[in-house]
Amino acid sequence: MMPTLAHYLVASGLLFTIGLAGVMLRRNIIIIFMCLELMLNASNLSLVAFSRFALTLEGMPNYSGQVLVFFIITVAAAEVAVGLAIIVALFRARQTTHVEDLNSMKF
Amino acid sequence: MQLILFWIFAILMLAFGLGVVVLRNPVSSALSLVMSFVALAALFVTLDAFFIGVIQILVYAGAVMVLFLFIIMLLDLRSEQTRRLNLAAWTGGGLVIAGFVGLLIKVIFTLPGFNFEKPPISHPEISDVAMVGLALFSKFNLPFQIIGVLLLVATVGVVLLSKKELK
Repeated sequence: MMPTLAHYLVASGLLFTIGLAGVMLRRNIIIIFMCLELMLNASNLSLVAFSRFALTLEGMPNYSGQVLVFFIITVAAAEVAVGLAIIVALFRARQTTHVEDLNSMKF
Repeated sequence: MQLILFWIFAILMLAFGLGVVVLRNPVSSALSLVMSFVALAALFVTLDAFFIGVIQILVYAGAVMVLFLFIIMLLDLRSEQTRRLNLAAWTGGGLVIAGFVGLLIKVIFTLPGFNFEKPPISHPEISDVAMVGLALFSKFNLPFQIIGVLLLVATVGVVLLSKKELK
């Protein structure tokens, strides 16, 4: 028995849902950021699954999908660096990483 | 055999992913995320994407997660004390998530060819690093250059943001 496309897509969808749940339910800004990474990785899994299952005419995987995953990983690394720098600046100004304490735009 | 490996790594990935959301201590969350990424890299290998699997471990489980742990230790975050649950937010969040899962399952099982087994590759002896590299430097050359500029901009931005006083 080999795994089918649906196996990989459901695994990727569940991982995305876990990330979404974390973003919506957790209140620590660093945990929210980690859950964003989880969602990006879920999309990577479905891209690689489609690249492997939709073979080209020569019977090879569609490498465009894997190149796209490569780009996503690069952009995510840049995003993590910038985001964590912003979190550190925020922590210096407010001494908290709890999103409900960061309400200075609110009356 | 492949199916068993798929189940082992998929369950590991989802369990550690759930750990990220459920655990209260940020350091445990970060380590759980590392394990989730390693299991995901194993899933990439079962899809014959060896290059992406190795990059996943090097960049995510290595560099990105070290950065996360470094920041958590730098800010000296304690495990969160339990606050009063915001019931409206939890119900709303739960409803959105349940709706999302339902929609996802419905879409996946109406996709043409969702239950095809994995077809064999015609030339398994060709290294996928060579093929990804070929696509990267021919078909996707311009995006590749732009990504380089993006990394440079991100580096400059991080240095600027990390200065003691922002002007």
